[in-house]
Amino acid sequence: MKRYFLLLGLIAAVAIGCTKKEEPAPATESTPTAAPAAPADMANAATVTGKVTFAGTKPTPRKIRMDADKYCAAQHPGGVETEEITVNDNGTLANVLVYVKDGLNQSFQVPAQAASLDQKGCTYHPHVLAVMAGQPIDILNSDNTNHNIHPLPKMNPEWNESQAPGTAKKTKTFNREEIAIPVKCNIHPWMKSYIAVLKHPIFAITGSDGSFELKGLPPGDYTVAAWHEKLGTVDQKVTVAAKESKAVDFTLK
Amino acid sequence: MPRLSLAATCRGLVAVGCFVLGRDMSRPGSDAACRVSTAENLTMTYASKPGERLWLHRYACFTAFCTLLLIVAGGLVTSNDAALAVPDWPLSFGKWMPDMVGGVLYEHGHRMVATFVGMLTVILAIWISLKEPRRWVRRLGWGALAAVIAQGLLGGITVLYFLPPPVSMAHASLAQGFFCIIIALSVVTGPKWVQEEERLEPSDRPGLRLPALVVVAVVYIQLILGAGYRHNALGVMPHVTGGVLVLAACVWLCLRALVHYGKEWRAWAALLQTLVISQFILGIATFFIRKIRLDFPQPTPQYVWSSTAHVALGALVLATALVFALRIYRRYERAVPDRSGLMVEEVNVQATR
Repeated sequence: MKRYFLLLGLIAAVAIGCTKKEEPAPATESTPTAAPAAPADMANAATVTGKVTFAGTKPTPRKIRMDADKYCAAQHPGGVETEEITVNDNGTLANVLVYVKDGLNQSFQVPAQAASLDQKGCTYHPHVLAVMAGQPIDILNSDNTNHNIHPLPKMNPEWNESQAPGTAKKTKTFNREEIAIPVKCNIHPWMKSYIAVLKHPIFAITGSDGSFELKGLPPGDYTVAAWHEKLGTVDQKVTVAAKESKAVDFTLK
Repeated sequence: MPRLSLAATCRGLVAVGCFVLGRDMSRPGSDAACRVSTAENLTMTYASKPGERLWLHRYACFTAFCTLLLIVAGGLVTSNDAALAVPDWPLSFGKWMPDMVGGVLYEHGHRMVATFVGMLTVILAIWISLKEPRRWVRRLGWGALAAVIAQGLLGGITVLYFLPPPVSMAHASLAQGFFCIIIALSVVTGPKWVQEEERLEPSDRPGLRLPALVVVAVVYIQLILGAGYRHNALGVMPHVTGGVLVLAACVWLCLRALVHYGKEWRAWAALLQTLVISQFILGIATFFIRKIRLDFPQPTPQYVWSSTAHVALGALVLATALVFALRIYRRYERAVPDRSGLMVEEVNVQATR
């Protein structure tokens, strides 16, 4: 009898004590500046600008049901639609990450300023966030209801933490490049956002006019990519000369 | 206080399996007189305290019903994608009772029902150990307790480790295993079990023991495959194949029962076949509803209810197959040839029942 209960107690203790901790990434991966690359020549930096257009029939946005949480439902008396495929009035796409996928060998300083991901009206703001690897991300809860933040990365450690209303912001970092990490709230299953983690700061996210601007690009040959959570990724080869401003458009369907 | 060792508990877990196989659960060295004495005690207990026995049986049935509700609650958690709505365990957000909003309602609700079933099982195990004359039933009672504790730990581990598919699959599979144990306890504590008149399995007709056992095994394996698909550990094809095998095995058993045994097993065969066919159709519907659900930003009510009903009906199919098999094994002794070639009843089994 004694042995039996001892064993059960042991199993329970192991299970309770086994709270998963975040694995710290190796120091070499924590900052891209550790790579033996030359610093970027900003004096001759070029710029790539353009638009991301949606090809095809504009999809009807899905309505979100927020009745599972009265607070959330009250924030959107007129209803709310998903941001999965947001086609602007001019036929362009919002929430598209445009970034240099290949060709950058320079090193860049990781910004000390934190990016921000807010939970407001039971949706994430912004819907797509891009940061440099190692850059802090401040996670806020502006709602008067409990949320949990649960990123589902493949290359970075997974975590799942709750954030009660009125509590302090949570500051997190992702140290490995990953495009893109889905973030969800399991309390409110409609809440979803994406965090793109890049090794460099040359990226942009399209807004309500579908345009983007990639600044600070050293002269050279690059692959520029446009990533969308539902429509996938398209690449283009781009060559820029010193101080050149080049127009590149993408079409996603 | 009943004497209990880990080894005895493990033996208790497989007691029903051994019983179904017609094995004698007694330790080597125990004599037939002792077993006969157990059987006599059992009959006497039923005769002298029928009310007490009946209440134990009713309590076991109530526990089985609550376990089915627990399986439904667990199904709702997965269907609503709410398994990680509460990131900590064993408490919820560090509290006993958090605000029941959104996914918390399902996840914490599941924990509450699980706690209730755990307490019911503790009482059941103690009650059986105090009142039950059959040693293998007492072991089975403690086995149920061990299973529900293991199940709780698996549930905690899967939350703390962000739903690793093998652990979630094990959690879902053990839920059905635990349900089987409680169902078995409900059956073997019932008056029908004791009052059943045993007879030899008819030698002039195809036997029911083997197909009944195969159906239980195939249904349980199918539920494991379903859990694997639901928790992203396996693809859909193993589950589809399993569904076809379940259907075939049930047709085999039910046809044999209906054709060769007539009225005797008609109700059970009809019930099992109806449930299996319903489950098959519901499974196909759920597959397509699940595909459509992916276009929506959140689980749709159609998906939630169809997938949860599929899980619950799967549990009911398993329970029905198990009860059917137990009744068949209880009624028919296995006939084995003796040295002279005649068919004789297997010895020493009746006494342990």
